[in-house]
Amino acid sequence: MSDIVLSRPVPVTTEPQLARALLVGLAVLFAALFLFAPLATVFAEALAEGWQGAIAALSLPDAQAAIRMTLSIAAIAVPLNAVFGIAAAWAIAKFDFRGKAFLITLIDLPFSVSPVVAGLMLVLLFGANSSFGAWLMAHDIRIVFAFPGIVLATLFVTFPFVARELIPVMIEQGRTEEEAALTLGASGWRTFFTVTLPNIRWALLYGVLLCNARAMGEFGAVAVVSGKIRGETATMPTMIEMFFNEYLSVAAFTLAAVLAMLALLTLLLKSLLEWRHADLLAATRRH
Amino acid sequence: MNIELEELAKEFGTERALHPVSLFIPSGALVALLGPSGSGKTTLLRILAGLEFPTSGRVRFDGGDATGLSVQDRRAGFVFQHYALFRHMTVFENVAYGLRARRRTERPTEAEIGRRVTRLLDLIQLPDIGARYPNQLSGGQRQRVALARALAIEPRMLLLDEPFGALDAKVRKELRQGLREIHDTTGLTTVFVTHDQEEAMELADLVVVMSMGRIEQVGKPAEIRAKPATEFVRTFTAA
Repeated sequence: MSDIVLSRPVPVTTEPQLARALLVGLAVLFAALFLFAPLATVFAEALAEGWQGAIAALSLPDAQAAIRMTLSIAAIAVPLNAVFGIAAAWAIAKFDFRGKAFLITLIDLPFSVSPVVAGLMLVLLFGANSSFGAWLMAHDIRIVFAFPGIVLATLFVTFPFVARELIPVMIEQGRTEEEAALTLGASGWRTFFTVTLPNIRWALLYGVLLCNARAMGEFGAVAVVSGKIRGETATMPTMIEMFFNEYLSVAAFTLAAVLAMLALLTLLLKSLLEWRHADLLAATRRH
Repeated sequence: MNIELEELAKEFGTERALHPVSLFIPSGALVALLGPSGSGKTTLLRILAGLEFPTSGRVRFDGGDATGLSVQDRRAGFVFQHYALFRHMTVFENVAYGLRARRRTERPTEAEIGRRVTRLLDLIQLPDIGARYPNQLSGGQRQRVALARALAIEPRMLLLDEPFGALDAKVRKELRQGLREIHDTTGLTTVFVTHDQEEAMELADLVVVMSMGRIEQVGKPAEIRAKPATEFVRTFTAA
């Protein structure tokens, strides 16, 4: 009887050493090849003529205008879509109403429509050839080939991000915590700010970051709607393309590096927040 | 506070959750709504709390019409089936929530809130857990915190939805005793929903047996045992 082994030395879910090494290696290799290498190339090309070259490229008026443009668009589109996203997710997760399935499909529309098509739709709707566009022209309101058009295109393309992140979280949480707050005498707004919002803040943050990354990086829809007028309607992605087509590779890659850095910065911000609030996250996570 | 229901009915779309039911709950009673799932007992409780509104009929509190009274104005202490504690708040903040939600003119001072929360945590015999988060508590502790949170608003009545449903047998017995004691100390009219006939018979002064959206019988536990009014009551309470 003494030779019976009572417990296995390793847990049953643990794979053999070799399999583990292989899997980890594969993941690292893949990430290095397809994520890190291209990113590194961008930075290397940007600094091909040293820091002076990069700084000179960034002091080009066109490059600066593009950076300003992209930041202003994100500053408008992201908060708006955060509010729309919360409203849509709230309606879908907490209420039953007719046409709910239709609303969900509508929210997903920008994911299935090509951004170029989205841009084209805006040009057709607000452009000089439509009667609405002609009316706008007559009243001196410029939308297509101007700032409002670019904001509209960005709003359209980035609409699903926040709502898509929030809907499953809000459905999973149900409404009982909100009901509890109401029975304790809290008003609707108080319930929203003290119960609903804290419960969805991580999903909201993630949705906002994705939305922001896409708002700054959107090319197709913006390229069609903006008309890519240098110094006026060119955004960072469209300006990068123009620099690149003109063989100004240092300028193109420097601007691309700045865009990539903005994206990395948002990711860093998220990690930092998660790290700082790790205790609270662990304590409030559901079983 | 006494509660009176007059011909109360509730429909969800075409489905009838509650046929017209009438019921009188005397002030200070401890009442069980007993029935299988789908009998309408939870719907009835939620109408009392103001979380649902009846399709027809009236609700009266101490004789005054409360049918259209908003959930906030009812001041009903409600304990949810899975307690619905606020996950992102400490136990202290959970219990203090109802006091902080009051209008500025009626809101107690910070020191007074602290005193009241401490007193309530003493009442539920968990004086030292104020700084913890709900998921660091056992099921029985959560239930008691939910009770303290509901009592913090100085409710006019106490409503509990399957308060012992998610607990194991031993804890259930203890907490039953706890609820009885809290009811006797506060003197609050208390209504709880259960599908467990033993629990209803042992704890309640008055048992309301429900089935398919109708009230089958209302009576003291001994009366219901001795003289079941319908075949349903006889088989359900014999189980």
